[in-house]
Amino acid sequence: MSPVEMNLEARFDAYVAEEKKIEPKDWMPDAYRKTLIRQISQHAHSEIVGMLPEGNWISRAPSLKRKAILLAKVQDEAGHGLYLYSAAETLGVTREQMLDDLHTGKAKYSSIFNYPTLTWADMGAVGWLVDGAAIMNQVPLCKCSYGPYARAMVRVCKEESFHQRQGFQVMLNLAQGTPEQKAMAQDALNRWWWPSLMMFGPNDSDSPHSAQSMKWNIKRFSNDELRQRFVDMTVPQAELLGLTIPDSDLRWNEERGHYDFGEIQWEEFYNVIKGNGPCNKERLAARVKAHEDGAWVREAANAYAQKQQAKKTNATTHAA
Amino acid sequence: MTEGQHLQIILRLGDDALVLGQRLSAWCGHGPVLEEDIALSNTALDLIGQARNFYTLAAAREDQGRDEDQLAFFRTDKEFQNHLLLEQPNGHFGDTIVRQFFFSAFALERCAFLSRQLVDAEVAGIAAKAVKELQYHWEHAAQWIVRLGDGTTESHEKVQASIDHLWSYTGEFFNADEVDAAGAEAGLLPNLAVMRKAWNARVEACLAQATLTCPEDGWMQRGGKQGIHSEHLSYMLAEMQVLPRTYPDATW
Amino acid sequence: MSSTQHEWPLWEVFIRSRQGLGHKHAGSLHAADAEMAIQNARDVYTRRQEGVSIWVVPADAIAASSPDDKEVMFDPANDKVYRHPTFYKLPDEVNNM
Repeated sequence: MSPVEMNLEARFDAYVAEEKKIEPKDWMPDAYRKTLIRQISQHAHSEIVGMLPEGNWISRAPSLKRKAILLAKVQDEAGHGLYLYSAAETLGVTREQMLDDLHTGKAKYSSIFNYPTLTWADMGAVGWLVDGAAIMNQVPLCKCSYGPYARAMVRVCKEESFHQRQGFQVMLNLAQGTPEQKAMAQDALNRWWWPSLMMFGPNDSDSPHSAQSMKWNIKRFSNDELRQRFVDMTVPQAELLGLTIPDSDLRWNEERGHYDFGEIQWEEFYNVIKGNGPCNKERLAARVKAHEDGAWVREAANAYAQKQQAKKTNATTHAA
Repeated sequence: MTEGQHLQIILRLGDDALVLGQRLSAWCGHGPVLEEDIALSNTALDLIGQARNFYTLAAAREDQGRDEDQLAFFRTDKEFQNHLLLEQPNGHFGDTIVRQFFFSAFALERCAFLSRQLVDAEVAGIAAKAVKELQYHWEHAAQWIVRLGDGTTESHEKVQASIDHLWSYTGEFFNADEVDAAGAEAGLLPNLAVMRKAWNARVEACLAQATLTCPEDGWMQRGGKQGIHSEHLSYMLAEMQVLPRTYPDATW
Repeated sequence: MSSTQHEWPLWEVFIRSRQGLGHKHAGSLHAADAEMAIQNARDVYTRRQEGVSIWVVPADAIAASSPDDKEVMFDPANDKVYRHPTFYKLPDEVNNM
């Protein structure tokens, strides 16, 4: 690193430490740019892959009101993916490149979406737990140091607030419904609880990128801190629903002022990341198919736009 | 127009909107670009909203203790009276756009009339909101018809094939049965022969701009309005209705 | 790769949220042409009635000030306090001006 760059980097660090925002054309360290591209594109991929498990139930939603709500929610996720891809594009990467990385398996997305949605209650559990965990992760990002990412997250968080509420409402209706409905809700909680806790990532002791990201104000709280917060928030909600969280080690710890909870099966977590989850192949195949099936449509629109442009140019040349 | 026919007209409006809304919602997550996922979902949401309004009105009018969901989830394919075009599968993006294009041109004209008629103020109220949505659906579909028709050779051929295939489902729009005739006579529904001219003008102008060929009229499929459907509808309903029919006592 | 296989161009979207306000940057999107960009902007950025008017601008048509000039561009305005209304102390009776 040259003395000039060292000087720039020191100024950058000081600037970020003062809680100031970095904008696209500002100087930034290469590693900062790369970290952001990786994180924001992963986040965008998670939004659009995340459309699939819930999209699965739009056609089978049990009332017209629920159908409209679920469709609006999954549509919002497309919007969130779009905001996030746009934020990443300000860093000099194209959406096409990012999609390529997703489709070839080079880029990751949140592993939670590799679990199947088996019953209608999963729409409740996903909204309540998965969106709940996502919000916990996302709210601090509204204050992250990179301006376009922070602004995208403000918009996302504003829209997300209805997602978790509708999920909880689905659960509440089921929990207060017929015995079959209540069993459906408990089953969904059983299947989604542990994967939701895994959404916060590995324990702090095993989280390789965390320290640098904290220093850059891209990450504001540690994985374990956020996970604890999520557990503390969710346990009373489960009690309100009259459902049982599937963890025999879960109990209030008076001394810590927090809930203690059991050990996460990290072996499963790493296997799902590696591609061995129940739906990894289907999810990726669905995204690739949509993209490939759409190629002729995208090309047609480009060809038409070029013809129109050529006509315009011709007209002005003739007029002149 | 008898009371029963009046009710049937409202139900048909709901059925058209729901069946197409259900079809379109399947694009969410599978469109050619993210922006188009969002656009098609908006259209689907508009249509589902229209269906709910018409069903709620129909349920109140028939006064048998049913609601929008009972009408959507507890009627058989025989009882659905939507136009056949709307239940046709999504196919590729061009098929979906052509289906949307043909229907939006029709629905927009019909809805504009419904919003102006003075026979049924509640139908007029629903239509007044819907007509703005349908105008947008029409513009969106028409723009795509032009892009696909005047895009690449591949897109031109594909979308022309979609048009040729789906054309035979458009005759049903204008093929008035007793209910349509009674509705038109009472002033609730438009005269379908007059509407046909407006529809043809719209569709032909856009196809010409898109360098596409409007097919000869030929044999037209019919039966949807009488509850005689293509094979596709009962599959669609089986999927759509599975939960309420499996758990008839549950509320969601 | 032929030229029609390129990604659709990027557009910047500006939304007027209420009558009487200026257009404000809302975000970006991809579209093949201006008509599509406006429709996409409507669908993406006004789903919750956020707007009454939309501008779309091809992202590459925007000329921007360079961040390295930030000090040159904006610091001189620092000492021109007379541009701000609070610079002028007026008698209480006219304080609503």
